[in-house]
Amino acid sequence: MRLEDRPLLTGRGRFAADISFPQQLHMRIVRSNFAHGKLRAIDADAALALPGVQAVWTAADVADIPPIDFRLSRIEGLEPYRQRLFADGFVRYVGEPVAAVFADDPYLAEDAAELVALDIEELPAILQADEAPGEFEPGRSTEPAIVRKSYGEVDAAFRSAHAIVEATLSIGRHSGVPLETRGAIARYDAARDVLELHGAAKVPHWNRDQIARMLGRGASSVHLFEGHVGGGFGIRGEIYPEDVLVCVAALRMQRPIKWIEDRREHLIAANHSRQQQHRVRAAVDRDGRILAIEDEIFHDQGAYMRTHAVTVPDLAAAMLPGPYRIPAYRANAHVRLTNKTPCGTYRAPGRFESTFVRERLVDAIAARLDLEPVEVRRRNLIASHEMPYARQLDTLGTEIVLDSGDYAGLLDKALAAVEWEKLRKTLAARKATGELVGAGVALFVEKSGLGPFDQVKIAVDTDGNVEVVSGSASVGQGIETVIAQICADALGVDYRKIRVTHGRTDRIEYGLGAFASRVTVMTGEATRIAASALKAKAIEVASELLQTPAELLDVIDGEVVRSDAAAGPSVSLGAIARALLPGSPLRHGRPPGLSAEGWFHSNHMNYPYGVHIAVTRIDKDTGAVAIERYLVAYDVGKAVNPMLIEGQIVGGCAQGIGGTLLEEFLYDERGEPLSVTFADYLMPTVREMPPVDVLICEDAPSPLNPMGLKGAGEGGANAVGAAVAAAVDDALGVKGAVTELPITPQRLKRLLRSAHEL
Amino acid sequence: MSERDEITLTINGKRHAIRVEPRRTLVDAIREDCGQTGTHIGCEHGVCGACTVLVDGAPVRSCLMFAVQAHGKEIRTVEGLAKGDELNALQRAFMENHGLQCGFCTPGFLMLITGVLEREPDITDEELIDVLSSNLCRCTGYQNIVKAARAVAGEMRQRRTA
Repeated sequence: MRLEDRPLLTGRGRFAADISFPQQLHMRIVRSNFAHGKLRAIDADAALALPGVQAVWTAADVADIPPIDFRLSRIEGLEPYRQRLFADGFVRYVGEPVAAVFADDPYLAEDAAELVALDIEELPAILQADEAPGEFEPGRSTEPAIVRKSYGEVDAAFRSAHAIVEATLSIGRHSGVPLETRGAIARYDAARDVLELHGAAKVPHWNRDQIARMLGRGASSVHLFEGHVGGGFGIRGEIYPEDVLVCVAALRMQRPIKWIEDRREHLIAANHSRQQQHRVRAAVDRDGRILAIEDEIFHDQGAYMRTHAVTVPDLAAAMLPGPYRIPAYRANAHVRLTNKTPCGTYRAPGRFESTFVRERLVDAIAARLDLEPVEVRRRNLIASHEMPYARQLDTLGTEIVLDSGDYAGLLDKALAAVEWEKLRKTLAARKATGELVGAGVALFVEKSGLGPFDQVKIAVDTDGNVEVVSGSASVGQGIETVIAQICADALGVDYRKIRVTHGRTDRIEYGLGAFASRVTVMTGEATRIAASALKAKAIEVASELLQTPAELLDVIDGEVVRSDAAAGPSVSLGAIARALLPGSPLRHGRPPGLSAEGWFHSNHMNYPYGVHIAVTRIDKDTGAVAIERYLVAYDVGKAVNPMLIEGQIVGGCAQGIGGTLLEEFLYDERGEPLSVTFADYLMPTVREMPPVDVLICEDAPSPLNPMGLKGAGEGGANAVGAAVAAAVDDALGVKGAVTELPITPQRLKRLLRSAHEL
Repeated sequence: MSERDEITLTINGKRHAIRVEPRRTLVDAIREDCGQTGTHIGCEHGVCGACTVLVDGAPVRSCLMFAVQAHGKEIRTVEGLAKGDELNALQRAFMENHGLQCGFCTPGFLMLITGVLEREPDITDEELIDVLSSNLCRCTGYQNIVKAARAVAGEMRQRRTA
């Protein structure tokens, strides 16, 4: 059972919108209604005339605040493409902040925002990332960077290939879309000269440092507070213009400022993700062994470079080789700016995309050589005895060294779990009766446990209550439970008696937050180290109090007891904490307090891996794809809490299904967004979800941490596009039919029509 | 827009006398005027169901109803489910089946299921899926929400036949 659940089940959660302060003002953003245009004038007179409207700000009011900087994957030359708090001179996407209204009441702020008149001269919009680059501003093209990754003799491999297999593959624009929209509430305490930002998520410490830097304040005078977070998925918790604006306004107006995003805003202003086109080709020998892969990637970044800089195209290019032995490789990822909402990461960033591309390519190789897709995969998998396997590629500042894995073993387990041969026969029989049914398999390698460090502090109070303070963050994934479990095991207390504190910059100096499936690995190991140190300290003191050699003592249920006897003298952790009070005569020169700190450092990520198998049925009349059955097999090294891992996998799988069949941010030819409500941007309901079978494996513990942990957050989403595409091909009876995600009914009907023409 | 009506909202048996603009949504009144923030706003146009509450026993999207329309009616929200510290059967089932992750959609699902099971105690598993498909969850993939709802529906059936 999760420690998190009780307040959430009883309506006592504290999400961003639940936080209010006396005398607060409400901020409403006025957004561009043109995809591209010259911003000639802003008239706020009518808005300011409404009683209760305190101010309307535009770019001129915050000209002294620098643009929002990069958090990850910074490369040279990107700085001019960063987003400022407000559009200045030009607007570049529908939804771009142009002005902000501050008013006594949120309804009033919204009324006033509608009265702010924007004079914008429309300019032609760039909406295709794969066409020739255009102009971002004079002297700067809409291609700020090309991310290049390569190793081996690619050209030679293509010259000597038995066959060259090519494909052009596209992934649609979609995003995390958490059910809680964004929110930010800033408050300035002039008495203490401390600025507080509530509603923080994901990376509070980094954001604290950035906000302090942007506002010219010392980091120790800015604090971020994470409450409950209604879903993260990569997009929430990055710094956006609105977060900085509430802080600036709170300082200048000396009143708390509250901003809660509405759903339309969320769908046009919060990070989008995923949209890429890949022109990929493989050189293969006559047995289907891959000799080389070459990929030209066009990444549709939207209007600006946000905090992730080139993270997504970088990950796509670096992780594309996946589980296969590919002797030579070259990828050029063109980062292209378009007049759409800017992009960031979304669960399995760059991997949902590149797994779709790689696995489609492997299917194409199988089709070309008339081999079974599963057999081609087997022939190319890196063997377990080749681990650790240096990829000769890097990403997120780390070299990719596949740390451990038995890829073929997991493939066997997954195929056995669905009784693959029997399944194929059943499907063949159904096909013979005219049903359009099919199955598909996809393999992938994930990454997790991004360092380089994590810090955890554990303290026991004089009543024996344990508090773990960490610099990580919760996005609803259950970290309080997992961290408490790890602490409980290492320390010898009941996990239900452990309080886990996170997302507070005023409680711990350092923290890297929650992203890249890092928390269980990094924070988990730092917790184990801290808990072990605390236990050793408790036993050392208890040894003196009980006059018993330390090696005979253990901590069980919060009591230090003799491990060699069922009964006997014991002392509680609370009593030891009392003995260590600063004024205690029992302390004997030891540092005060029963507490310990743990640090874990890691320069490498680790690499969980998985297999997805999908069974789909196509409705000929509607073009709808129904997923009848789904299996995710995932090796996480060691499963701390299988219930939570399964929850992560099934939830990720639902998001993968959304991106594969339903979800897409569409624009008209002028760049007007068409997916601005949940009636246009369709996410899976329970009706679209198949039963998902989850096979959690622990065959390849990570050698990079003592518990062998790997992260579990992203494997459920990673290969859905790939597996479902293969299953739809199979159902259509046309190899390589699916080249584009999402597979909407319209697209599928086109495929059905061309299948009939064959 | 300064015209305000005096209304009374009865939430979980407690009366709240408030003054609201005619355009104020019920969910804003519940959250901001009555301080019951357990009911959440997810989309503001009736699709996601995060704001589901019971009005005179029927599940209602409180973002699509004006506060003035709920004057004098019995409103039930997630805060009314537990008895003191004791979770009710549905809340326990969500906990036991890991039916929530971030917990944002949870109050809406709890109220939707509560309302439906009270009105249709004999609902079949398949009909229950239809009902659950009216709310969105972005974390769980629904599997465990379905398990929790079916567990409680099953318990209710058993209790009545026993």
